[in-house]
Amino acid sequence: MNKPIQFDLSDALLELVRRAATVLPEDMVAALERGRAQEEPGSAAEQALAAILKNVEMARENSTPICQDTGTPIFEVHYPFGVSTRMLTDQIHEAVAQATAKAYLRPNAVDSLTGKNSGNNLGIEFPTIHFHEWEENRIFITLQLKGGGSENVSTQYKLPNARLGAGRDLEGVRRVVLDAVLQAQGKGCAPGVLGVAIGGDRGTGYIVAKKQLLRKIDDVNPNPELAALEERILEEANELGIGPMGFGGKTTVLGVKVGVAHRLPASYFVTIAYMCWANRRAEMNVPLQDGQVMEVSYA
Amino acid sequence: MHRLTVPIPDEEIRALHVGDTVYLNGVIVTGRDAAHKYMIEHFIRNEPTDPEDIALHEKLKVLLNGGVIYHCGPVVRKNDDGSWSFVAAGPTTSIREEVYEAEVIKHFNLKGVIGKGGMGKNTLKACMEQPAVYFHAIGGAATLIAQSVKEVIDVYKLDFGVPEAMWVIRVEDFPVVVTMDSHGQSIHDKVQAESEERFKQLIG
Repeated sequence: MNKPIQFDLSDALLELVRRAATVLPEDMVAALERGRAQEEPGSAAEQALAAILKNVEMARENSTPICQDTGTPIFEVHYPFGVSTRMLTDQIHEAVAQATAKAYLRPNAVDSLTGKNSGNNLGIEFPTIHFHEWEENRIFITLQLKGGGSENVSTQYKLPNARLGAGRDLEGVRRVVLDAVLQAQGKGCAPGVLGVAIGGDRGTGYIVAKKQLLRKIDDVNPNPELAALEERILEEANELGIGPMGFGGKTTVLGVKVGVAHRLPASYFVTIAYMCWANRRAEMNVPLQDGQVMEVSYA
Repeated sequence: MHRLTVPIPDEEIRALHVGDTVYLNGVIVTGRDAAHKYMIEHFIRNEPTDPEDIALHEKLKVLLNGGVIYHCGPVVRKNDDGSWSFVAAGPTTSIREEVYEAEVIKHFNLKGVIGKGGMGKNTLKACMEQPAVYFHAIGGAATLIAQSVKEVIDVYKLDFGVPEAMWVIRVEDFPVVVTMDSHGQSIHDKVQAESEERFKQLIG
C-alpha cells in the first residue's frame, strides 16, 4: 500500500485565515465605493459607507479584523486523490486555534448547552469544513467568514407562500427574496449580499446559498434566466430604500447570486443566505508535485 | 455635531434628535446577550443575594448611572503586562436585547445604548421616559471603532467568554448616530414603514 502524502499546511492556512479576516476582497471594496458614490453627500448613508471604507483600509493596514464578529469559518477544500482529509482537518483546526490566539479571529464557538466559549474556535461542527475530491493535482481551499448578525436574518421559504402570493416559479422566488430583504432591514449590516438557493432540502439549501457568496460581486450567472432574475432582484431590492445600516438610502444590496439544487417533488425551498457588506472570503492554491507542496498562492 | 461626555446630563439627551452625529467620550460598559440576561435575572427582577453579584451590582450602579451600555462582543488582545487592548470592536445587533433593555435603562438610569439595527417599542418608550437615546454605531467598522477605545479599565463576567463579558472601557470621540431619540422618533420605524410601502408596490 502506498504511503499517504504528508505535508504541513498549518502556517499557510493561518495566513489564509488572516487574509480572510483582515482583507476585504477588491470586488467588494469596489462595490462599496460605487454605493458611496450614489448616496447623497453628507447623508447618514454616505457617512456610513465612508466609515466602512475607512475601516476596511485600516483593517488591511493593521492586519486586524474588519469586523469583530469573525463568524463561522467555512472551508471548502478541493483535494486530489491520495491526500488525507483527516490530516487536512487537523491542520485546519491548528490554524484556526492559532488565528484565534493571534486575535485574527474572535473566540466564537459556544457550547449550546452550557454556554461556555471553547476559547479557540473549535467545537462540535465548528469550524465548517466541506471536502471535495477532484481530478486536479493541487489543493484549493476557500474560506468564508460568516458573521452572526447576517446569519440571524438569513431565512428559508417554503413555496407556495400565500402571504406573498409566491408560487413555485421564478416569480415566486423573486417575491420571497425581496421579502427577506424587507424583513432584514438594516439588521444584517446592510448593504448586504444575497446568496440564494432554489431547491435542495433544508440543509443543502443553505449550503448552496452560502456557496453563491463565493462568486465575485459583478460576475454574471451563466444561466440567462437566473442572470436576469439576479439583476432584477438587485435593482428592486435597492428600490426599497433601506440603505446602509438601515439608515435609508439607495444602497441596500450589493449583489444577488442565485444557485440551484434538485429538490423533492413535495418541496420547493428558497433559501436566502444574507451576508453583510463584510463579505469576507479568501482562497488558497497549493500545487502538488510528487507529493510535495509547491509554492502556495492566495487570492 | 455633538460631543458628549459620560455621565450625560438629561438636558443634553433631550437636545438630541434622530439623525444627529455624536462623538462619545468617557467610560462605558459593553454588554450583550448573556450580560443582559444576567442583569435582569440577578439584579433587576430579583434582589442580588450572592456576595459577588452584590459587589458587581454596586460597581455597575456607579458606572451606569447617567452612563451608556454598548452592545458589543470585541476581539481583545492580552498584553504582556496583563492589561487588555481592544483590537476590533464594532456593535452587535441590538434587537435581541429588546425584551430586557427598557428595564435595564430604568434600573441603572442609563442615558444611552449603543448598538446597531435599532430597537423596538419598549426601548423607545423607555428612552422617552428616562430620558435616553439609542446611538447607532457603524456595523462591522470594528477596527475603526477600536481606535476610539483608549483604555480597557476592567472586565466583569469574563466567565461568559470574551464576546459576552462586560468590558469597562474609556472611549474618545466614539462616532455614533442618534437613530432613536427621547422625543419618540425612530429612524428605524420610518425606514421600515417606507420600505413596506415600496415592497407592496413591487409585488403588486
